[in-house]
Amino acid sequence: MSPLPNPLPDAEAQCRQLAELIRPQLHKNPALVGIFSGGAWIAERLKTLLALEEDIGMIDVSFYRDDFAEKGLHPQCRPTAIPFDVEGRHIILVDDVLYTGRTTRAAINELFDYGRPASVAMAVLADRGGRELPIGATYCVWDVALQDGENLVLGRQEDGQLAWRLENA
Amino acid sequence: MHNPQLNEDGQLMHLLSVEGLPQKILTQILDTAASFMEVSARDVKKVPLLRGKSVFNLFFENSTRTRTTFEIAAKRLSADVINLDINKSSTAKGETLLDTIDNLVAMHANLFVVRHASSGAPFLIAEHLQRIGRDDVHVVNAGDGRHAHPTQGLLDMYTIRHYKKDFTQLRVAIVGDILHSRVARSDIHALTTLGVPEVRAIGPETLLPKHLDKLGVHVFHDMNEGLRDCDVIIMLRLQNERMTGALLPSAGEYFRHYGLTPQKLALAKPDAIVMHPGPMNRGVEIHSAVADGSQAVILPQVTFGIAVRMAVMSIVAGN
Repeated sequence: MSPLPNPLPDAEAQCRQLAELIRPQLHKNPALVGIFSGGAWIAERLKTLLALEEDIGMIDVSFYRDDFAEKGLHPQCRPTAIPFDVEGRHIILVDDVLYTGRTTRAAINELFDYGRPASVAMAVLADRGGRELPIGATYCVWDVALQDGENLVLGRQEDGQLAWRLENA
Repeated sequence: MHNPQLNEDGQLMHLLSVEGLPQKILTQILDTAASFMEVSARDVKKVPLLRGKSVFNLFFENSTRTRTTFEIAAKRLSADVINLDINKSSTAKGETLLDTIDNLVAMHANLFVVRHASSGAPFLIAEHLQRIGRDDVHVVNAGDGRHAHPTQGLLDMYTIRHYKKDFTQLRVAIVGDILHSRVARSDIHALTTLGVPEVRAIGPETLLPKHLDKLGVHVFHDMNEGLRDCDVIIMLRLQNERMTGALLPSAGEYFRHYGLTPQKLALAKPDAIVMHPGPMNRGVEIHSAVADGSQAVILPQVTFGIAVRMAVMSIVAGN
């Protein structure tokens, strides 16, 4: 795991690298599902870069989170939208940062309420370690070490370009 | 003034009335409901949010639609739902309301859905829970007396937003027995808070409360005049069971003046929607051709009501 580079890497270039990691699996006709909000933006990029015809799915895991008892419902949740039949499909979940694995767990649970996929893979731009569940990325561009209290946030700029920023909790 | 519905952080703990809730919270409920609409369209119409929680439906007054939609909503949130038929139980044996509540809290109730003929009963329960230090138990008002029916008000707002998108350009008419209607009261507060510039009340003088103008509502006794250029028409049921004294000559006379017929509907905007909280009295406040017509959104209101109740229960239970 490498320390944080300065400046932060180009997220758009990382999307292209991620697309190349997924490309060998296209014969399985995988379906992309992005986790709001960063994962959904990346999934949109991957759809274009891989020239996929099918619309991507989008998941908001608010209703499946494991911290509802402590934090309540997230004040801004958006509708999950899966525009294809999950049953029997090879699903690639897409997120920006893989950290504790709890969001991924919630997303997998939600996905299974739509049907039984043939397989679920996980594609992320960044893996910052710190896992609290036995979950791993199938495709990952960037292994990075962060300090406690540091957060890597993917934003979308006014011109639509994706870019990383570092936030301190 | 302290608002018993909100906690110290201004988050919704109980839903007792639309009155006094900030626009931000109303919008949060409507947005959350939009996410729950999607859940109701799935094969597995269930999310695990309230798994292990117990929701008690306390209906001290009869209701089929509201109780059923609350029950469906709670079940779709994975809660355990207990329906108490109060009229046949302890209350009939003389137990007080708050003793009933204490007993149900001892059974580990997490949320009470309360309908009561007395205005203020849900407030009383919420205050009692606070007094005994149970801020982990929540109350949702499912209609109290003439006072409020906040989830109906919110589902009406969801319906309007669904069809009209923007509240700030609308002319909304509420027609009928506004005096006895808790729905009308909740609707008026919600419409005003969400920025609807013109709310009209249409009905005979005997069925309109005094001082409506103080709420910013325009009053019309002539329905033809009141419906002109409206975007939304909310019809109210003629509340026979709450009618005391002779406020009206007859149902037939009422229909002639205040029943929504295709001819009267034509005075509103061509794309106006017609709403009704149900149950409808066909031929009393609404003509069948309107109730079953293309502008009626009365059945979608019922579907939206489930999502709105899911949103309300999951928000209060989390705060």
